[in-house]
Amino acid sequence: MLNRAKRLALAAATALALVPGAAWPQARTDLVVGMRLEPPHLDPTAGAAAAIDEVTYANLFEPLTRVNADGKVVPGLAQSWTVSKDGLTYSFRLRPNAKFHDGSAADSADVKFSLDRARAADSVNAQKAYFAAIDTVETPDPQTVVVTLSRPDGLFLFHMASGDAAIVAPETAATNKQTPVGTGPFKFERWVSGDRVILARNPAYDGAQPALDRVTFRFISDPAAQVAALKAGDIDTFPQFDTYEALPEFRANPAFMVMVGSTEGETILGTNNGRKPFDDVRVRRAMAHAIDRKTLIDGVLFGNGAAIGSHFPPHRAGYVDLTGMYPYDPEKAKALLAEAGHADGFETTLKLPPPIYARRSGELIAAMLAEVGIRVKVEPMEWAPWLEKVFRGKDYDLTLIAHTEPLDIDIYGRPDYYFNYKSERFLKVEEELNRTQDPVKREKLYAEQQQILAEDAVNAFLFMLPAATVQNAKIEGMWLNRPIQANDVTAVRWK
Amino acid sequence: MRRRVPVSLILGAVITALILAVALLSFVWTPFPAEQIRVVARLRPPGPEHWLGTDHFGRDVLSMIMVGARNSLAVGAAAVALGAAVGVPLGLAAASWGHWGDEAVARLGDLLFAFPAVLTAILLTAVLGAGAVNVVLALGVFNAAVFARVTRGAAFSVWRREFVRAALALGRGPLSVTIIHVLPNVAGVVIVQATVLFAVAVLNEAALSYLGLGIQPPSPSWGKMLGDAQTFLFTAPLQAVFPGAAIALCVLGLNLLGDGLRDVLDPRHRSAPVI
Repeated sequence: MLNRAKRLALAAATALALVPGAAWPQARTDLVVGMRLEPPHLDPTAGAAAAIDEVTYANLFEPLTRVNADGKVVPGLAQSWTVSKDGLTYSFRLRPNAKFHDGSAADSADVKFSLDRARAADSVNAQKAYFAAIDTVETPDPQTVVVTLSRPDGLFLFHMASGDAAIVAPETAATNKQTPVGTGPFKFERWVSGDRVILARNPAYDGAQPALDRVTFRFISDPAAQVAALKAGDIDTFPQFDTYEALPEFRANPAFMVMVGSTEGETILGTNNGRKPFDDVRVRRAMAHAIDRKTLIDGVLFGNGAAIGSHFPPHRAGYVDLTGMYPYDPEKAKALLAEAGHADGFETTLKLPPPIYARRSGELIAAMLAEVGIRVKVEPMEWAPWLEKVFRGKDYDLTLIAHTEPLDIDIYGRPDYYFNYKSERFLKVEEELNRTQDPVKREKLYAEQQQILAEDAVNAFLFMLPAATVQNAKIEGMWLNRPIQANDVTAVRWK
Repeated sequence: MRRRVPVSLILGAVITALILAVALLSFVWTPFPAEQIRVVARLRPPGPEHWLGTDHFGRDVLSMIMVGARNSLAVGAAAVALGAAVGVPLGLAAASWGHWGDEAVARLGDLLFAFPAVLTAILLTAVLGAGAVNVVLALGVFNAAVFARVTRGAAFSVWRREFVRAALALGRGPLSVTIIHVLPNVAGVVIVQATVLFAVAVLNEAALSYLGLGIQPPSPSWGKMLGDAQTFLFTAPLQAVFPGAAIALCVLGLNLLGDGLRDVLDPRHRSAPVI
């Protein structure tokens, strides 16, 4: 039992705590960002893991150009640039006062080093193709970089805005994996392995200062633990929240804000076009008819996602709606299978990587395909064997995966890609795309490519992975959409 | 002399029989087809239509638990049968050979014991691929080691008994002594061990299916149901309760049955050996 004095003290403390603004600063300046996966290291120029960019992009490292919240290419380390008429010469003007976190100036020599390193023969860059068109990199003065291409590349500025093209210093390039040194508004502070990475505001940044002093990225892979951490206030914002069934509960709670935007993640039933019976377009079309996308989106994403009919996101210019080409029609699917000589269906294997969307979609699609006679054996896999066997080894019948790289329709033209898809028609359009700078003409060519892929039913095109963010209702400035893999917190503030 | 039948035996037998009955019933009747997906009817709470509610794909939970019982018991029984078929003869042989033969069996058992059952199973399914057959194989290998060790120990003590010495002196060969005298005297221990290992196998199967390595969808399994339910802990907590309760009940029943059987069959409680 409390005695009188203690009770009085308690009452006084409670009263104090209730006085608004008495003991509290006006707005918090720290932020805890929840992430599903921990990055393997923190050097975006030496790894494909999205988690690396999700910590470092725009916060710690800056490429020459960068992608903003709307998906547009805007100035990064380069404050302006010009492109020659023939589309071969790019002249970048760097920010005059840009500095690395170690205090050294970020100038044209660093840019030349970074680009040459990324395109070198022994480069470990995950997207070497982005740099393949570069012929020479020249540095007429410390603030100017002139890049000459050997062939026109319509996406050059876009690719130079990727984390893979981040500008690094020669002195620190080798140690960036553990102690990254960039030019961004936040600098690396600490990495507690298995738990969190902490970034601190960089007071020497030459651009606009962010409102946050300290940003912590916490890694929580278990969906139930993610929900618990948000509810407990251990995490302030969770972008790429994929426990969709918990969204209604957070929406109903005024302390939280839920945003559902778009990603670049075209989710497909990856099909080995080089393997029987999937080398027959009728079989692939039959599968497209056998899948009920609405049920799939309801069952997997709890309604939070848009159906697609080809490998292109609806929010991008040049999109054509092809979702009507293969309406859900099991009878038609059976007829097509019979026509292809599989009246009794056939047996096949569906290899699934770990994400929830893949596992759940796989189970539903197996049930849908069973309806038309395709007996699917579901085989769940971990990431490493999936990358090894399916993505690199092409040893699979069917798989299910979201392709999250922006504007990646060109993968259908890559030789040796894991779909085993070969189309002269597609390649011709791809070549023309690479020669074309005019945006309107490019959109037409993209539309043509989408049409070809849909007609060939290369893969069953399912849905766009949504970008759901759950966060404290007092936070503003987080991105709604995910035009690129990033958690850009430079404009985030507490209300 | 008649002793009282232990309560645990009755309770264990009733629970096990109940689960077995449900499993058998699932062959001929379930309230709904266990694999029938109806996304519109997902995550329904228990009610008159779906007695235990529906899961995130709108499948009937009761039907899934019934078919899951069948799968769990089948995997458990197969794993125990495989283990006994390999382990019991090995144990008997080790006891009869003695010397290096015995040593070899004992060390092989040690080697397998060095890896916990679930780890062995994860290793094997990683190499051979996920699926019910491989789970049976993995758990069977572990069970074989347990059976071999237990049988060997019990058989050793039988070999030292006078009636075995007498049988040998009368000119019986080791094989016939093993079959006529040793096996009946270790049978009780083996049966008790089988019940205990059955419970362990059911638990391990659930653990492996929870990890996605066991029985593969669409076929329902308790462990997979539990794994699916994990993401719904905050939104639909009942999803985890029913498969969890099924696993607990099944393991409890088998353990009680094993305890009871040990009280009845343990040679130490018996008045006279089987000669």
